[in-house]
Amino acid sequence: MHALSIRQLRKTYGNGVEALKGIDLDVPEGEFLALLGPNGAGKTTTIGIVTSLVNKTSGSVAVFGHDLDHDLAAAKACLGVVPQEINFNQFESAETIVINSAGFYGIPRDVARERAEKYLRQLQLWDKRKAIARSLSGGMKRRLMIARALMHEPQLLILDEPTAGVDVEVRRSMREYLREINDLGITIILTTHYLEEAEELCRHVAIIDKGRIIENDRMSSVLGKLQLETYVLDLVTPLAGCPDLGDIRATLTDSRTLEVEVVRGQPLNEIFVRLAAAGVQVSSLRNKVNRLEELFMKLVATDPSAGVAP
Amino acid sequence: MNIPVTSTSRLGTNWIGLRTIVIREFSRIVRIWGQTLLPPAVTATLYFVIFGHLIGNRIGEMGGYRYLQYIAPGLIMMSVITNSFGNVVSSFFGARFGKYIEELLVSPLPDWLIVIGYVAGGLVRGLSVGLIVTVVAMLFSQLTVHSPWVIVAAVLLTSMVFGLGGFINAVFAKSFDHISWFPTFILTPLTYFGGVFYSIDLLPPWARLLSHANPVLYMVNAFRYGFLGVSDVDIGLSFGIMLGSLVILFSVAVGLMRKGIGIRE
Repeated sequence: MHALSIRQLRKTYGNGVEALKGIDLDVPEGEFLALLGPNGAGKTTTIGIVTSLVNKTSGSVAVFGHDLDHDLAAAKACLGVVPQEINFNQFESAETIVINSAGFYGIPRDVARERAEKYLRQLQLWDKRKAIARSLSGGMKRRLMIARALMHEPQLLILDEPTAGVDVEVRRSMREYLREINDLGITIILTTHYLEEAEELCRHVAIIDKGRIIENDRMSSVLGKLQLETYVLDLVTPLAGCPDLGDIRATLTDSRTLEVEVVRGQPLNEIFVRLAAAGVQVSSLRNKVNRLEELFMKLVATDPSAGVAP
Repeated sequence: MNIPVTSTSRLGTNWIGLRTIVIREFSRIVRIWGQTLLPPAVTATLYFVIFGHLIGNRIGEMGGYRYLQYIAPGLIMMSVITNSFGNVVSSFFGARFGKYIEELLVSPLPDWLIVIGYVAGGLVRGLSVGLIVTVVAMLFSQLTVHSPWVIVAAVLLTSMVFGLGGFINAVFAKSFDHISWFPTFILTPLTYFGGVFYSIDLLPPWARLLSHANPVLYMVNAFRYGFLGVSDVDIGLSFGIMLGSLVILFSVAVGLMRKGIGIRE
């Protein structure tokens, strides 16, 4: 069964903007999907429709087989959502927020209290349970929204930019946590501007642009489409200009850092032969992490002034 | 983690959900008691001291009762009306403004239940304040009870009607200014001209006729009838208007929720 099934989903806003132009998307149960796209591509609109916060113009959406038009309550009960913007009452305590959220899903209060302890502990918020939400840090607020979304133990968790604006340490712990709950069987759909995050976490990727899905495949297959890999070389001595490496494309990003592009399958030895011939000494080498970012930029034709992700 | 866990029936989910909304609303009322419960008590005391005691003693009798006794039910009802309306409009608009209405919109709770939950919150505050004002009234005058059932029915219906009014106001409001316009320019004049302080028998014929178009007149008089057994209007008609208003406003509120006016894009 698909955790999420979207057919010919269209959305035209009141101002005439056509945000979705008939998208189809199937997310298998247990999947960890990255939903990527530039700003304004239609990601948040798609999530808004799935979570009933945006009315669709046409098309159909089913969550674990429950159609939103015919079995809305059952579909909603399967869904947990962590939105992009903070959307809890900032004058309530962290514990009250998660317990009330469980109540909205029909979880009895005694069970809700037990779960509140479980999830607030797992997300390192238990010590702050009595704190008024307004007083929590940005990272804590994000984690509180994850705890709240898990209180009714949903089968499908949708996270819209969950790590936006949080520090590296918190982002790393949140990634680990998401991987853990996905391992337990929860299907996860993640939108993020950190493409290395998507590459690290997700097994499947869908890229949406201008209201259409332009890529939808396994992460490994998508990355396999890249014909070039980029290596970053740290140099022993600084260079004034980029060395000539023949048909190997090189870019001197600063006087001590050289990036070289290698066609997949090409032996790396050839690079070092040419570097040695050019008198360049290398102290260390690493693969450029954001392979997905490269692909993303190739797939999405964007206006640079429009605030492209990432 | 065990999934799926929730196996509660639809009825059970709705009941727990409704209870949660009401508990949240009650907590809010208590948390900001200085804004919700205290001001009506102070205002009511001033009304009773100035209008009831100082001026009322010079007015003499109205409707066969001392002036203070006559206005007491009206003042209680006035506080119920303004607080039921005020609680729902500020709470629901606050939830929209702070975006935490989304907690409810993504939940499996049906639209009609969300409306009932907020109106129940207004009912809790309206009745709490009504009780406080009643206690204040009893410090100044002995309250007689003619028909307790009429009192209870009138206060419940009125509170729910104005709770629904507050809900509709909050749906259309785009700023905090908008949630004060209706109470200031519509609700307050309707309440003051709704027979709280006088019998419409004192008015010239045209004003008396005009007063019959004011729904608050029927609510205040039904409530007063419950205490004193006197009314300017027919009690049956009063309850008909209250019930009719309740049904119409509830339908409008649920319709607005379903269409997502001001709530969903």
